[in-house]
Amino acid sequence: MDVVILARLQFAITTVYHFFFVPLTLGLAVLVAIFETIYVKTGDETYKKMTKFWGKLFLINFAMGVVTGIVQEFQFGMNWSEYSRFMGDIFGAPLAIEALLAFYLESVFIGIWIFGWDKISKPLHAVVIWLVAIGSNISALWILVANSFMQKPVGYVLRNGRAEMDNFFALLGNGHVWVQWPHVFFSAVATAGFFVAGISAWHLLRQSDQLEVFKRSFRIGVLYATIGVVLSMLVGHSQAQYMTRIQPMKMAAAEALWETEDPAAMSLFTIGNEKERRDVFAIRVPGLLSFLAFNRFSGEVRGINDLQREYQITYGPGDYVPPVAISYWTFRIMVGAGMAMFALAAFGLWTAARKGVPENSLYLKLMFWAIALPYIANSAGWIFTEVGRQPWIVFGLQKTADAVSTSVGVGEVMFSLIAFTLVYGVLMVADVVLLRKFAGAGVPDDDATAAAPVGAV
Amino acid sequence: MDLNTLWFALIAVLFVGFFFLEGFDYGVGILHPFLGKNDTERRMIVNTIGPVWDGNEVWMITAGGAMFAAFPHWYATLFSGFYLALVLMLLALIVRGVAFEFRSKMDEPGWRTTWDWVIFFGSAIPALLWGVALANLIRGVPIDGNMNYVGGFFNLLNPYALIGGLASLTLFTLHGATFLTLKLGGGLEDRARVYAGVIWYPAVLFLFLFVAGTYWMTDVHERLGLDPGVVPTVAVLALFAGRWTISNRRDGWSFILTAISVVFATVTVFIALFPRVMVSSLDPDWSLTIYNAASSPYTLKVMSIVAGLLVPVVLVYQAWTYWIFRKRITPETHLHY
Ligand code: HDD
Ligand code: HEM
Ligand code: HEM
Repeated sequence: MDVVILARLQFAITTVYHFFFVPLTLGLAVLVAIFETIYVKTGDETYKKMTKFWGKLFLINFAMGVVTGIVQEFQFGMNWSEYSRFMGDIFGAPLAIEALLAFYLESVFIGIWIFGWDKISKPLHAVVIWLVAIGSNISALWILVANSFMQKPVGYVLRNGRAEMDNFFALLGNGHVWVQWPHVFFSAVATAGFFVAGISAWHLLRQSDQLEVFKRSFRIGVLYATIGVVLSMLVGHSQAQYMTRIQPMKMAAAEALWETEDPAAMSLFTIGNEKERRDVFAIRVPGLLSFLAFNRFSGEVRGINDLQREYQITYGPGDYVPPVAISYWTFRIMVGAGMAMFALAAFGLWTAARKGVPENSLYLKLMFWAIALPYIANSAGWIFTEVGRQPWIVFGLQKTADAVSTSVGVGEVMFSLIAFTLVYGVLMVADVVLLRKFAGAGVPDDDATAAAPVGAV
Repeated sequence: MDLNTLWFALIAVLFVGFFFLEGFDYGVGILHPFLGKNDTERRMIVNTIGPVWDGNEVWMITAGGAMFAAFPHWYATLFSGFYLALVLMLLALIVRGVAFEFRSKMDEPGWRTTWDWVIFFGSAIPALLWGVALANLIRGVPIDGNMNYVGGFFNLLNPYALIGGLASLTLFTLHGATFLTLKLGGGLEDRARVYAGVIWYPAVLFLFLFVAGTYWMTDVHERLGLDPGVVPTVAVLALFAGRWTISNRRDGWSFILTAISVVFATVTVFIALFPRVMVSSLDPDWSLTIYNAASSPYTLKVMSIVAGLLVPVVLVYQAWTYWIFRKRITPETHLHY
């Protein structure tokens, strides 16, 4: 195996793993902040219990997000040193700003939040969790500024063989940021909504103690999930249109559309032959792809073969087609998971509005298992975004194969790949064990957990 | 001062802040399985850094981000060059971070003991490796004309670098011990002081050897002359003075002195480097400097404005956390970890 493949595999594994924890942090921080604010405003003890119960699960997840993030920070230098030299001007800046503006904020205030229950006033304590929530989401914004540059480079000049920044505000104003960040944010809201609703459903099913906590959590969770899913789908739609303009090849791969079509049909199911670039079997809905791309049932969507010819003229000889099957299926998995989530959340919201909480045990069970859906959609979404951009690491400017570290050998990458994967595997087990323990344990009657004297535990 | 120098200074400041703060965190982690004789004591020890360790670690993350932004070639050469060492360090930091959060969440003794040792190794490995890395930076490593590191892993493990590693390991442990004399109650602070007194010996020895070695094994005396100047002298003298304050239970002073030692030792390294950021042992012209490794002037300007606005704010709220949690941890304290 060559270094590029191994480095890509390592990046994919560590980054997708990091992103298992990120969305829950982003979405749940806001939700816990809302719970605590209601508690402070109304003095309603149920909301305090909700804050503590979900807060505990939040912290377990948060710890994993933090430690896996450290690897991300250094990985670019380790495995992608040529990329770092080429992109340092542009990538380093948002990353450093993210650290100064967001990482300090979240990590300092999370410490105060965990340990400060009896040290600062109640309203101040609620402000602190808001600062954590804001910090996390600002951190997402800045890293996505960097990622957006890789999807659509702006605000740079090519000089000294590097992409040098020449307009900082263009970087921040990159249109891609303003579709990607909302999409990620609302996906995170959906993730947290399903997490809260799913665990609450499990307790409703078991008729646990403290049912009031879980009834309320379910209602709020399902509302939150619905908002998240609907908005991430709507934003996703504009993101797809944006993508069709800036990276038509990614859209063509997502649809396994070999030849240019007008009006273009949307594929429901395609088995294709990637080598010969043709369909083996396909079910397509006429005009729907044009609609997705342009909001009308006609309009030219360009196919892989056309684009390949055009890119060869622009960028020189080479293969500019991303892995079609991966792009095609990850896109469908994301959208499919999104639709399933929409159906489940909407049904829950509708019953909750009429009856308080749903009692149908099949539905409650489904909701528990549906916790997996946003995770599937998130991972599929990222794999699609990144794989669909190949062979480019920075679209149109640098190829992935030219970005890898020249001084790192196969053995070294192999070692780190195995080591990270093993450690991440073990940690995942520990994480799930703890989440199960605390999610299943239910809500303690008093403050015992957060503020127990040492001797008691 | 031009912007390149300013950013070199800023990165030095970030490392100084990182070693000052995370230095005692590492020390606490290293001491914790030995100093704490039972579970309650071990929890107390971990809780002394509970609210702050993550914020302290962000100093390292920011230093990494600042290197990336201001000196991308430094970031690229260093981290791809010191690859395996960095993998080890990252693995240690990963498990260490979750260990704090996970340790006390289950009652089984096996679970807790496991995480206790994870905290120990997760703290000791980076404490050692940072010294090794910095020593190699000033000693020089094989870097070719394309700014690529061409040595292997074992190139990094030369005697001088190992002394650097042992110096940082023992110095951080001592720093952690003096920190604990200030933060623990219920009698544990006395035990911490005894430990400080013991670790003082190897800390002084290795720091001294490291300073001496820097004259003998690097190009420092050619570049800066034989007179060490005040900075390394203060680092060593502060540590010597620590003997007296530890014996006389002047805990506040002991902590200040170990802090001064950590700070001035770090500054020494950066003075020895300047204006280079990585020294090539193959050809001095191939060294990375604050000019040939830097970002464009525009990026440096933007980042200077951003840092000027944000760093003071960060300092204020981080100081505030230390104020909130200024009380000693006693067996009666409500603990989270
Ligand atoms: C859309 C959101 C998002 C994305 C795409 C990434 N991250 Fe992340 N990251 C977060 C959102 C986030 C977060 C929500 O802010 C985390 C998760 C848990 C946490 O504490 O902060 C975090 C933590 C986190 C940390 C630890 C911060 C600390 O110690 O407090 C670092 C160093 C990074 N990330 C770095 C990266 C890098 C270099 C990425 C590029 C591949 C990356 N993250 C992708
Ligand atoms: C957390 C969210 C992210 C996820 C889940 C993600 C996912 C992935 C995946 C699956 C790959 C492998 C693609 C392949 O091998 O074909 C990849 C590659 C890569 N991505 Fe991302 N990515 C994320 C964020 C980012 C960000 C924010 C950046 C930088 C700004 C980035 C930069 C890269 C780089 C450098 C590669 C390696 C080259 C490559 O294989 O394409 N990624 N990412
Ligand atoms: C019908 C619904 C959806 C559509 C049309 C849609 C569209 C898209 C598109 C086009 C991209 C790639 C953007 C690019 O590469 O430029 C994307 C990425 C992504 N999607 Fe979706 N999406 C939908 C639903 C969802 C849902 C429900 C989730 C999660 C809960 C989700 C999570 C993600 C993530 C995490 C990414 C990667 C980050 C990004 O590039 O924004 N998507 N989506």
